[in-house]
Amino acid sequence: MEGVLFRFRDFVLGQLAQLGSMLMLLGDIFKTTFTRRPRWGETVDQTFKIGWKSQLVVLVTGAFTGMVFAVQTYQQFHKVKMDTAVGPVVSVAMTRELAPVLTALMVAGRVGAAIAAELGTMKVTEQLDALRAMGTAPVDYLAVPRFVALLLALPLLTAEAMFFGIFSGYIVGVRLCGIDEAYFIQNMIKFTTAKDVMSGLIKSVFFAMFIALISCYKGFTAGEGAEGVGRATTQAVVVSSLTVLIANFFIAVLFNAIIPP
Amino acid sequence: MIQIEGLRKSFNGTEVLCGVDFEIRDGETVVIIGRSGAGKSVLLKHLCVLLRPDAGRVIVDDVDVEPLSERALTPIRKRFGFLFQGAALFDSMTLFDNVAFPLREERKFSEKEIAERVEEVLTIVGLLEAKDKKPAELSGGMKKRAGLARACVTYPKYLLYDEPTTGLDPIRADNINNLVLRMRDRFKVTGVAVTHDMVSAYKIADRIAMLHDGRIHAVGTPQEIQATTDPVVRQFITGAGDSIKEVSHGTATVR
Repeated sequence: MEGVLFRFRDFVLGQLAQLGSMLMLLGDIFKTTFTRRPRWGETVDQTFKIGWKSQLVVLVTGAFTGMVFAVQTYQQFHKVKMDTAVGPVVSVAMTRELAPVLTALMVAGRVGAAIAAELGTMKVTEQLDALRAMGTAPVDYLAVPRFVALLLALPLLTAEAMFFGIFSGYIVGVRLCGIDEAYFIQNMIKFTTAKDVMSGLIKSVFFAMFIALISCYKGFTAGEGAEGVGRATTQAVVVSSLTVLIANFFIAVLFNAIIPP
Repeated sequence: MIQIEGLRKSFNGTEVLCGVDFEIRDGETVVIIGRSGAGKSVLLKHLCVLLRPDAGRVIVDDVDVEPLSERALTPIRKRFGFLFQGAALFDSMTLFDNVAFPLREERKFSEKEIAERVEEVLTIVGLLEAKDKKPAELSGGMKKRAGLARACVTYPKYLLYDEPTTGLDPIRADNINNLVLRMRDRFKVTGVAVTHDMVSAYKIADRIAMLHDGRIHAVGTPQEIQATTDPVVRQFITGAGDSIKEVSHGTATVR
């Protein structure tokens, strides 16, 4: 029993130490972002890799989520003759929850893994040491451009997922299920507010911070060899995804407390 | 000049360096020899503060580097060029961009000046033809030479070589040795190399220091090291596999 308690204590202390290191990295990233000359070249390059190249994944995720959501809600609303409620339900769900969360999860899988693997490989092949030896801080050269790129790209990708989710929901609802187009659009506009869209976009900014911070941290602290890089990559995706899901709840509660629906 | 005083470093409870005292004088090339895992690379990384000591200090040009923050270390680090064991070239860049990297980071040279400097050092290491290749397309020897080009493109005061000839055939290893000598003569750098390769050590060293049991066990010129009767040094330089009895921790001056 005592052994279990000691192990639990060590686990908690280890997690707290990791959280502390992550917060120090976040502080370093913010400080570097505002005190060092911006690296436009690297930032644009990363924005292209993170944002532009994630579009297909985000488009498919948004579109098929909107489509399946429209089909499922139609099945239920049709029973109580509320077919035209499908439009607002799809659009509110997409803007407030589904687009920001699913886009963040897809980006955590695609981009978070890539960042952790790249930085982890650079660590085990001494490329990070080489940067430091040349007087270049890895946070300045590697973390800040990825952090800024994710902050720029994720809200745009989320907006894209919102649009394609709602549009595909409209196609399925109106063309496939035969819901009246005018009522579908009218109800959708009536019940979807700017606040819904803004709350989704603001969430995505927080999710971008979490994914970038966790992925960079896991890459910078990767263990030795291929196994270390593999573990860092897996942890980056798992921890980023769980953080997105857990943070989503707290951010939603916070939003509702600040601006009641 | 670099002074190392009472340097100690442990990893996971295992003490690798147990109080290293040593001095590297301006203009000389010092080769640090020692068994695998003796802490040679660890010692080298302390010189340009890629690692921080648990105790003791490193003094570079009369500046104690231990209390300095990462940012304050930048001007100190710019005095160093570092050839890493695996060359540590950036995978995503061409050879030209790799070598140009430290110059571009200084942000005070035009692209024309950078191109001239890069082509100069690539010519010295014989890699001008390969300047547009990515590191993955280079052989081990080419990577070492490219790493050397990147290390010296800023004309640093100190050049640190981590196993410069390891993994190379004798001819390529000798080419690297010649390059190290050429760098010293051409750029007047102070060099510190760690190696197992005694042929290389004898060729490039002004002084050889042997790291054993976490301390500098013996120091001398290549001739003095070759002539020593110290059993630890003799076993290492002759490559004899017999086990030897425990030796004292004192520094044996080979004279």
